Amino acid sequence: MGSGPFRNSAHPVIPMDSQTRREAYEQRQRRRSIVIASASTAVVIATIVVLVPRAPRWDRVKKSFFDGDIFTDSFPRLLEAFWLDIKIFAWSVPLIFALSLAIAVSRNTRSPALFPLRAAAVIYTDVFRGIPVILTIFLVGFGVPGLFESRAWSNPLIWGSAALILSYSAYVSEEIRAGIEGVHESQRAAARSLGMSSTQTMASVILPQALRRIVPPMMNSLVSLQKDVALVSLIGPVEILRQAGLDKSKFANFTPYVAAAVIFLMVTIPCTRLADYLLNRERRRTGATTVS
Amino acid sequence: MTTPKLSMRGVRKSFGTNTVLDGIDLDVAPGEVITLIGASGSGKSTLLRCCNLLEPIDDGAILLDDDDIAEPGLDADPIRRRIGMVFQSFNLFPHMSVTKNVAIGPRKVLGVDKATANATAIELLARLGLTDRSDAYPDQLSGGQQQRVAIARSLAMGPEVMLLDEITSALDPELVGEVLDVVRGLKTDGMTMLFATHEMAFAREISDRVCFLHKGRILEQGPPDQIFGEPQEPRTREFLQRVIDSGRL
Repeated sequence: MGSGPFRNSAHPVIPMDSQTRREAYEQRQRRRSIVIASASTAVVIATIVVLVPRAPRWDRVKKSFFDGDIFTDSFPRLLEAFWLDIKIFAWSVPLIFALSLAIAVSRNTRSPALFPLRAAAVIYTDVFRGIPVILTIFLVGFGVPGLFESRAWSNPLIWGSAALILSYSAYVSEEIRAGIEGVHESQRAAARSLGMSSTQTMASVILPQALRRIVPPMMNSLVSLQKDVALVSLIGPVEILRQAGLDKSKFANFTPYVAAAVIFLMVTIPCTRLADYLLNRERRRTGATTVS
Repeated sequence: MTTPKLSMRGVRKSFGTNTVLDGIDLDVAPGEVITLIGASGSGKSTLLRCCNLLEPIDDGAILLDDDDIAEPGLDADPIRRRIGMVFQSFNLFPHMSVTKNVAIGPRKVLGVDKATANATAIELLARLGLTDRSDAYPDQLSGGQQQRVAIARSLAMGPEVMLLDEITSALDPELVGEVLDVVRGLKTDGMTMLFATHEMAFAREISDRVCFLHKGRILEQGPPDQIFGEPQEPRTREFLQRVIDSGRL
């Protein structure tokens, strides 16, 4: 103590009671940021609250989109219909995961005998990433049941879900593939040098690391899927969007759509926040820093 | 004369138009420790990677106990488990604990059951002074500890030959000693080793033979006292002089 090079300099030693100078400075900066942010937010909100009602036809819009009575009447029915969206989502996710994992892994195979598998995987991802989800739903939902005589095969829930699974697996498999390719080559070298086969290397060393990396991008895909489930309504099932349409016709008012939007946000906002949180955590863990 | 444990005959390897190994002939006797010295890019690492079949060679032969292991089309997995390799950058599996890193090879490749593999791993870790780190994850360890785990992981497979690829180059100077101690221990146990290194003092101490590589060829080889004391080739003298000038010998 006291023998360091700076102890003998002409500058007085700042006493370290509770806060360092940097901490004090950063605290002042933080307070200033909070004040500025609150003030500018207040200005924006005030502008919207004051200006929007002054729009010439605000009264009519208010009546047909924000009718309180219709909202309370429609909301429980929509919530019940939303249960179907959740079910479609819930059974689609594991199937998407399984299918996209299979596609990603088959694209990474090397054996010449598996060439058809690799080619099929490439064609699959190209085709389904190239077609709008809604078109896939129409084509699969109306086309495939036509192959069968029995009406038991024409369940739009099954084919709607199948279309979602086909579409989303194409995206998610690319995310998994990027994760696999993101694992450094030296990990493969280390595993192979122990005598592990390429399959063992993939299963024990590469995939566990790849899957950890792809959680954040996959969360984003799932949030997106949660919304696209509503598209299945276009081939028949009465889920929330369809129910909102029925209520709209019944009341001749658009408020049910607003109620449906509120229900979607109740689910998607927490999920988006969670995805961002996971992404930031991954960024911190891998040592990437942000520069202010 | 005993048959060499590992032997290279006219090994050639190029990446594109860049010839990295230009006809390597080298015999490693059982229990012999050979160090490979030479400038970066002289082919030391590639030579080791070829011996472990991580890189296919273009021409020549690599013999392990007189069997050509570089034969194109040969299944490399059973051969690799007989040859241990330790890398400059450790390459531990970051998602596994230290014990699992060491036990995974025997479990997956040799079919050893988990309990036995873990017990062997813990025994090995104890020998390398890592008993208290067996539950840690690689990113919680110092570089020296990580490299010792990597050596343990390789030893767990019971290799007949160890290939050490600049295993101290990524370490802080004060951590180099603990890793070199492990290598000394391996020599005492009679392990056959091929060791690429920039640690000249250590090479002089531990080697039975030193090979100086230059542009993919073994330009000069001999006992350490000869290579470091009276190098014959001007290139060897030049290289050693540069090392001395940089204060590493």
